[in-house]
Amino acid sequence: MNVLTDNAELFLTGFKNTGILFVFSAFFALILGTIVAGMRVSPVPAMQATGTFYVNAVRNTPLTLILAFFALGYPQLGLPDLSFMAAAIVGLSLYTATYVSEAIRSGINTVSVGQSEAARAIGLPFMQTLTLIVLPQAFRSVVPPLFSVFIALLKNTTVAAGFSVLEAGAIRAYLSERGEPLLPGLLWVALIFMVLVLGILTPLQRYLEKKWRVAR
Amino acid sequence: MKKFFSKKSLGVAAVFTAAALALSGCGGDTGGGSTEGGGEAGLTYEVAKDVALTGSPTFDAIKSSGKIRIGVKEDQPGLGYLDAATGERSGFDIEIARWMAASLGVPADKIEFKPIPSANRETALANGDVDLYVGTYSITDKRKKLVDFAGPYFITGQGLLVAKDNTDIKSEKDLAGKKVCSATGSTPIQNIRENFPEATPVEYDLYSKCVENLKTGQVDAVTTDQAILLGYASQDPDNLKVVGEPFTVEKYGIGLPLGDTALRTFLNTTLTDGNATWTKIYDATLGASGTKVEQPAVDQY
Repeated sequence: MNVLTDNAELFLTGFKNTGILFVFSAFFALILGTIVAGMRVSPVPAMQATGTFYVNAVRNTPLTLILAFFALGYPQLGLPDLSFMAAAIVGLSLYTATYVSEAIRSGINTVSVGQSEAARAIGLPFMQTLTLIVLPQAFRSVVPPLFSVFIALLKNTTVAAGFSVLEAGAIRAYLSERGEPLLPGLLWVALIFMVLVLGILTPLQRYLEKKWRVAR
Repeated sequence: MKKFFSKKSLGVAAVFTAAALALSGCGGDTGGGSTEGGGEAGLTYEVAKDVALTGSPTFDAIKSSGKIRIGVKEDQPGLGYLDAATGERSGFDIEIARWMAASLGVPADKIEFKPIPSANRETALANGDVDLYVGTYSITDKRKKLVDFAGPYFITGQGLLVAKDNTDIKSEKDLAGKKVCSATGSTPIQNIRENFPEATPVEYDLYSKCVENLKTGQVDAVTTDQAILLGYASQDPDNLKVVGEPFTVEKYGIGLPLGDTALRTFLNTTLTDGNATWTKIYDATLGASGTKVEQPAVDQY
């Protein structure tokens, strides 16, 4: 307990930044991932190819490398300056979007072909078929895998500690330098992560599943 | 085919057995008293024989295994450095480690150096992954609760490394609005966060990444113990320089498992009695920059 109370400001800063990284990355990843999933099922070959290339290229690159690029490589390109926090959000979003895209695409595959055929039959173009008919149905079937992706994202935020973002992953290094025993420190970090997952993400998942349940 | 393999492996086994026999015989011959080679600086240490040290579990483990495992840094030129090309370790800390091993009766070729990053030092010592830790390990009261320290064997303080052509930063008073880099969570970066709120802290897991960023102009200064910075500056004097005076006090100690008082007393005695050796080590490593430093007195707390 002492480790937590003696270093309260460290835990607060750390988990506050973890929260910021998570909320923004999840938001952007959800938007980008949905767009990419839409590209991959679109009838335009160029868009399909772009979406497929993006997913395969980024999903198969280690997150550490992606963040290293944004923290160490990007500033040398002479583009607008990004804070380390912003750079980490961009990196995490780009990475997580590929997983979101694949989860949503698997949801799209569960929507029966008749749905989009019916949509086309009443004259809806592709964009409307996708956004009005297919995606709403797809989303409710992908709540569990999508939440797995977001839980993974929450834990992935700790990678940013290596690139100058003081979040939960950096707490350990700070505690060690302050001469605090490591095990209680690590246990507190793990415990807070569990609280975040079990206390916030899991209830949210359950709520959405219930709300969007389909009678089959 | 199968037969061929079994024959071959038999042959290999025979060779290994012979080698093992030869080695053990050899070990018996040079049981003590021989002088083993040190680092590239040509330093050698008398390997003690029949070391009388009772009541030290760490020493007992070293004695029964015949080798010693020492935790070190390997990205700090002049202190603890591993030349990736040659596999050669060099630096002040490395030499201190070799000296201490020799005083415990372990020749240089029986030292197993293990790179342990700063954040894992206490754990490595507590878990018995290493017997000793010699790598810019500052003695602090809080750490004394987790590990024991022999020494100090060196005293330094937080300093600043900047690019050679930098004229803005002359001391720690000029840090406002500057990007200052150090290792993640390290004492120097915590000091910057707390006492220099106008500076922007930048953290990477390794000091070498900070130095790289300094050379490309992404950070304005690198801060950590001045001894470490002098090492970097001496490696690349055309691009880097150390400015100002140390503005904290750091005492480097030899980390050892908590409660091993017998070993600590033994190492402290070695450091105190071996003043001439200490001076030789300093002159051959950090002292290459031309500075002369007196060995600090050990603190038998």
